[in-house]
This record gives sequence, C-alpha cells and structure tokens, in this order.
Amino acid sequence: MSFPWAKHYEPKHPLMKWVDDRLPLPRFVYNAVGAGYPVPRNLNYFWNFGVLAGASLMIQIVTGIVLAMHYSTDANTAFLSVEGIMRDVNAGWFLRYAHANGASMFLAVVYIHIGRGLYYGSYKPPREMVWLLGVVIFLLIMATAFMGYVLPWGQMSFWGAQVITGFFSALPLVGESIRVWLLGGYAPDAAALNRFFSLHYLMPFVIAGVIILHIWALHIPGSNNPTGVEVKDEQDTVPFHPYYTAKDGFGLGVFLLIFAGFIFFQPNLLGHPDNYIPANPLSTPAHIVPEWYFLPFYAILKSFTIDFIMPAKLWGVLAMFGSILLLFFLPWLDTSPVRSANYRPVYRWFLVALLVDVLVLGYVGGAEPRAGVILLGQLASAYYFLHFLVILPIVSAMERPRPLPNSITEAVLHKEGGTSPAQTAMHGGALAPAE
Amino acid sequence: MLSFLGVRPIAFAAGLAFALMALIGGFSTIGAMVSEPEKPTAEHEFHLAPREADFSFNGVTGTFDERQMQRGFQVFKEVCSACHSLKLVAFRDLQGIGYSEAEVKAIASQWAIETPAPNPETGELATRKNLPSDRFPAPFANEIAARAANNNAVPPDLSLMAKARHHGPEYIYSLLTGYRNQVGFKNKDGQELLREFPEAKTPAGLHFNPYFPTLNLAMTPPLTSNGQVQYTDGTAPTVDNMARDVAAFLTWTAEPKLQVRHQAGWAAAIFLLIFCGLAWGAYQNVWRGVKH
Amino acid sequence: MATLDDAVPPGADPQPYHEQVADPRRRDYLQIGAVAFAGVGAGVIALPLINSMSPSADVLAASTTEIDISAIQPGQAIKTSFRKQPLFVRNLTPAEIASADGVAASSLRDPQSLDERTKPGKKNWLITLGVCTHLGCVPLGAGEGENKGPFGGYFCPCHGSAYDTAGRIRQGPAPTNLAVPDYVFTSDTVVTVG
Repeated sequence: MSFPWAKHYEPKHPLMKWVDDRLPLPRFVYNAVGAGYPVPRNLNYFWNFGVLAGASLMIQIVTGIVLAMHYSTDANTAFLSVEGIMRDVNAGWFLRYAHANGASMFLAVVYIHIGRGLYYGSYKPPREMVWLLGVVIFLLIMATAFMGYVLPWGQMSFWGAQVITGFFSALPLVGESIRVWLLGGYAPDAAALNRFFSLHYLMPFVIAGVIILHIWALHIPGSNNPTGVEVKDEQDTVPFHPYYTAKDGFGLGVFLLIFAGFIFFQPNLLGHPDNYIPANPLSTPAHIVPEWYFLPFYAILKSFTIDFIMPAKLWGVLAMFGSILLLFFLPWLDTSPVRSANYRPVYRWFLVALLVDVLVLGYVGGAEPRAGVILLGQLASAYYFLHFLVILPIVSAMERPRPLPNSITEAVLHKEGGTSPAQTAMHGGALAPAE
Repeated sequence: MLSFLGVRPIAFAAGLAFALMALIGGFSTIGAMVSEPEKPTAEHEFHLAPREADFSFNGVTGTFDERQMQRGFQVFKEVCSACHSLKLVAFRDLQGIGYSEAEVKAIASQWAIETPAPNPETGELATRKNLPSDRFPAPFANEIAARAANNNAVPPDLSLMAKARHHGPEYIYSLLTGYRNQVGFKNKDGQELLREFPEAKTPAGLHFNPYFPTLNLAMTPPLTSNGQVQYTDGTAPTVDNMARDVAAFLTWTAEPKLQVRHQAGWAAAIFLLIFCGLAWGAYQNVWRGVKH
Repeated sequence: MATLDDAVPPGADPQPYHEQVADPRRRDYLQIGAVAFAGVGAGVIALPLINSMSPSADVLAASTTEIDISAIQPGQAIKTSFRKQPLFVRNLTPAEIASADGVAASSLRDPQSLDERTKPGKKNWLITLGVCTHLGCVPLGAGEGENKGPFGGYFCPCHGSAYDTAGRIRQGPAPTNLAVPDYVFTSDTVVTVG
C-alpha cells in the first residue's frame, strides 16, 4: 500500500522486535504517520489541516469526557450543571470554554481542509473514496456539533433543537411523526436531551473510526500535492517523519495559539448571549441563529420561499441537505483530468466565486431577514447549486488547462528558479537555503 | 464510469431546479420589495446601542476592582435584590470580591430573605438563616408569585445578565441610566419619536427606555436619586456611579473566573509563542537544504 | 529524536549538509527543545483535566450541621448526616462509660481513651462518623434494636468489625477507631458539627 521506496520498519530494540512479531502496532503507526509513509515534498501549509482536524477531535474527546463527568442530563438541572462547571468545578471554566471554542476551531479547520481538497482536486481519481469518507465525516461532525449545542439547555439550545428537528416535519405524510419520534415528545424536553447527550458522546468515536478509514484510503494512492501531478519516483517524496511531523508541529503551535486566544480572551465571541438564558419553551428569542459554521446552510434553507409542486418549506429543507449531499457526487461531476486549480485558469475563478458565495451565504444566514438580505441569499443559493451541478461539469469538459510540470521535483526546482526543469536532480551546484 | 453512474444529466436537472426555485423566490422578493416596501419601525429607528463604559475588566489584562465590586454588591443588596434573584451565586463566592470568611458569614445570616427549608420538627414549609454555602435565595417563591407581585412581568435572574445580553456590562449600565421622558425624545437624526410613530407611545405600566430592545420595559426606574445607596468608601453615590458599580458587580457574578482566565491566558500565550519559535526552528532545521 | 542524518532526503548525498554547518549536532537542540516543550505543555494541560475531578467548590464549601440533642435519652443514639456522611450521636449510660474506661487504652489497636474522644464535662456524648474505618460501610448499633456487637458499641456487618462503647475498634479488620469530627457545644442541647 505504499511506494516501493518506502522505508521499512526495523525494530532495533529486542523488546520492540518482540512486540512487532506479536502485534505490529508500532509498524502500523510507522507506516501510517512515520518515516514509512513517503509524502510529496512540495506540500504547502494547507496540508497541515488534516493533522489539525485530528488534533481538534482529540481535544474535543478529552475535554468532553471530563465535562461529561460534571454534566447533568436532566432538563431541570442541565443548565445549572453547566454553570456549576463554570463556577465550582476546578478549572471547569477552562474545560467548558475549550470544548465550546474547540468545536468552532474544529469546524474552521475542517472547512479549510475541505477547501484545500476542492482547490487541489483531491477528490479526483484515484482518491474518490478518501473524499467520500471525508463527506461522511463532515456530516457526522455537523450532527455531533448540533447535538452538543443543545446540551447546555439555554434558549439557543432549545430553539435550535426545535428548529432543526422541524426540518424533518417538512417531509410529506410521515414528517411530523418522524419529528415526534426524534424528539421523543412534541417539543424538545427530557427525552430529547437524554438522547442527544447519549449520541453526542457516542458520535466522536464513530468519527474517529471513519477517520481511520479515511487515512487508510488515503494511503493507498498516497497524498495529493499542490501540482496535482502524481508521484513518479523517490525524489518526489520525503518521509512523513521527520519532515511533515516537524511541519505539523509548527502548525499545531500556531493553531493552539489562536485557540488559546479564543479560550482565554474572547471565549464567548463565537457563542450567542441568548444561550446564557435558561431554555424557555414559551418564549422564542427575537432572532435565532445557529452556530456560525451552519450559517451558509441555514441561509440556503431560508432562501426557498415559493410553493411550486412542493411546499417552500420542503424545497428549503431539500436544498439544505442537497447542498451538502451533492459533495458526494463531486468526483463524477468534475471530469477534468487536471487536479490542481493552479493549472485550471477558468475553473479557478469559479472557485473564487464559490468562496465569495459561501461567505455571502454565511452573512445572510446570520443577518435579520429583511427583504434585501433574503434576495441576496436567494441569488447566492442559486449560484451555489449552479456552481456544483451545472458550471463545474461544463467547465471541466471545455476548459484548456495550462501545461503541467512533468514531475513534482521539476515543479519544485522550477519554482525555486535556480535550475532548469530538465535538470531534475535534487541539488544543483550551490546549496540554496530551503524556503 | 460516468455513463454508468449517469450522474451528470441528473445533476444538471437538480442544479437547474434548485437554482430556478431560488431565483423565482428572488423575483417574488423583489416584487414584494416594490409592492410593499418595508416600513421603518420605532424600535429600529430609536433604539440606542449601549453607551461605552470604561470598566476595569475590559481588555486582555482586565481585572476586577474589588472596591467597585463591593459597592456594586451594596447596590444589588439594597436596590435590586428586592425583586431580582441571583440564583447561581453562593454567599461563599463573595470571598472572591474581597470579603473575609467572617464577613461572608455575617452577610449570609443577616440577608433579608431566608433560605427555604422544612421545619426540622414538623416538616412544614419554613425558612432558615442563610449559611455561606447557600446560594442567594430568590425573593419570590416561584414564577407565579414573581408575576403576581410585578404586574405580570417576571424580574429575570441577574446571575448571568452580563453575559446574556450583547455588550452586557455596558447594556446594564446604559439601561439603568437610560430612562427618559418619552415626550420630546429625539434620535440622533433629530426625529422625534412620538411625532414619527404616535402608536409607539409607552403603554400604561411600562416605562420608556431607549436602551431596551422594544423601547418599553416593565421595570420601574430603580436608581432615581444620588445618594440612594450610602457608599462607605468615599465614592460619590451618583446614579451614574451606582449603575456603573452594579453593572461591574453583575459582570463578576456572570464571569467570576475572568481574572484568573486572563492570567492563565497570558501564561498560555507566552508558552505557546516560545513553542512556536522552537517548532519553527525545528521545522527549518529538518528541511534545511531540501527544496520544496 | 530526529538526527541530522534523518534530514537528508533518501537518495541524496549527505555530504553537502555536513559542510554547511560547522557543528551539525548543535541544531538538533531545536528539535529536542521543541519536543521537550510539547511534552511539558501536555503535562501542564493534563493538570487541570485531572484536578477537575477533585471535589468542586460547592462540595468543599464547609457546611456545618446543627444537631438538637435534647431528646436523646441515655442509652439512645441517633443517626443523622454531616457532609453527606452518616453521623452517630450517642448518649452513653454510666455503665457504658465505665465499660469504656475499664479498658487500658494502651492495649488497643488504636490507643485512645474515652476522654480523648469526647468533650470535657460532656463525657456521655459520643459523636462519631458512622463510617467503618475498614471499607466504609455504616456500622449497626445506632438504631433502636440494632446489633451492637460483642463490645456493646457498634458492629459493622460487612466484614465483622466490632467497636466498643467509645467507638473504638476492638475486633475485626478495621484499622482505626470511628472518626470524631470537629464539633462544639453551642449550648447544652445543641451541637454544631463542622
């Protein structure tokens, strides 16, 4: 499952050899994220975000397990127990702020990771399975984040649960029954809170499992790279350890620095004040919004306002789910043989437009529903679907890509500007400093 | 592979359907904008954003001013606590704003409202004196009692008020000093509220306050005159100071760990900066001479 | 730990690297330092996680319990609770006091006299936690009609520890006497524990 020149695990210590003969776990790790995994030498900083996503999941699991020791899953005491964590539990405020902001950091990292995949064509053959598993992970993360947001049982928790389970009531005939089944009642209450907690605790481990499959699938073809050109020979790669462990270590430091900035100095910036008001089933907050990472999808939900064949509500819900599920079909919608958008002059601009589009949708999702904002959301929603389902297939069939480098090494040397592309040797005469 | 899956024709159809539905919705939105343009509302035109207040806990090095906290506690005790609960805070927590253990004990046992507890002999509903480990008892036994005593408006719990509103500390300060005479009230464009929106006249039983989202609230102006609370530390007990002090106190009740959070934050930031420097050096060292 | 040799890409000639730096080993301290720092950071971050499991402030908040002892007749005991633990308050009869005093403290596993375990002038009031010092069961003997064990005090049914009328361990696996909490007589009839 790797390149022929990959280093082989050779335990030096007799004990490690003894372990390796019986349970080759160290060998497995060595081949997965150690010196046994050859990686293209030209990865840029966007390739840090996979490791950061894994680190985020670990942070969430560790802080979450400790928080669960202090949390009470009872509708009458859930809010109080969270405040007890904030006030009385030793370092509880730190754990809770780390977990709440950790969710935002996780989603931010995942979005950049997905964006990296989109730009550099990491979903294209032979990495379709890596992408499909990634979309599954994304859906699981969204579900987990939603259920976690319900647990503090504040106003936004309660009304978030009410609205999101309300999606299912849009389905004809069975919709309302499904909603009642999901909630275990007619409104979010004790039963819903208990099952959300149970699933919120379970899902991260499911995510971890799918991540293992994701990495497994990645290791069959090996990592993509900014040129999108496949690895040809040994000089195109460096071993993951120490090269990318060192780079990821630095990336992790920067990530933690930003994370700490939120935890210690702006812990409530990404939250909503209304969630510090205990859940009140009789009064909806004036302006309910989901967490920031759901805003673009929330904007799509709100943009369908016309009954046509189906009620507007059902259109909105289908569009919202569709906007995520269409990612599953991406490998077959984009038929261009070129992976990296660096060599796709037309598609590249549509991707920039998509980025702007998603940011606009994010703004619309969080803004108050005035007519101008709704119109903006409707235009942005239309582009979102046109981009993936119409423009992308057409552009990928018609576009003339720029010439690709013959190899990763050639691209690297060409970028450095010191050597001619033909000369693919690793080091020229003079030793130019790296970077 | 593609023809086998037949993805693209379906994708075209679905993409056009969703895009068209969104665009048709857009046309109807434009139609609605033309036929019935949105009317400005009194709340939108006359609501005021909270005033700036220079609190000691603002910023990344902010700390609580103990004397201000104690003055704010005094205002809470003498003014707010008659109607508002502080359910999440315990008397023992007051040691966090500079009261000694003995002072806390005295404050708890002398608190006007006692903690509900069954009579140990008969089991009947009764109250007992507060202990430092008790949380502040609520002035009303339940929501119905609170509603009945306050003209059908429940005074909210104040424990988290400073975090449950945007710019909470400034909001509390502005609201407490923001009661105005509605007659003649103008916004910064010089429009007069009752002339523009005659129907927005404050209903009986409510009080006009432009810092409140709906402009009218049930709470009677709580701080009405200078010297309403007798400060003992020499600070002038003006309405402005009392409002500022109680807003600061309520910031502490909402976020008692703010100070230790800031301190821990600096330690973490310095540690991580050094780590980033070392990790950068190690990264450069490992990659030295390798073009990428 | 990565060494400089690891930093040479496979297939590349390591020689030029060694020419570049006078003392190539010196730069390895950066890696060592970064990894050491990460290790320290992980250790420091583990502390709040572990410490969060210690009793929280509301649990530690020293609560006191007031007990009205006026209704306890000699020979009777009551079982009440102090900081979520059972508390035994026992009014000893003169015979029980005599029985406790009749034993030489030095002969006991946990040598203590009844005087040391009660307040001066209140020798008949034995106030102990109702937690067996063996493994934490609640001993019998405080309730009416319960088995007081072979020494007339308390008897733990879990593993057979027997305590005498001063609450001292006399037989069985328990290592120490029943614990006496901090308490004061606020009046002749009221005891404040804690």
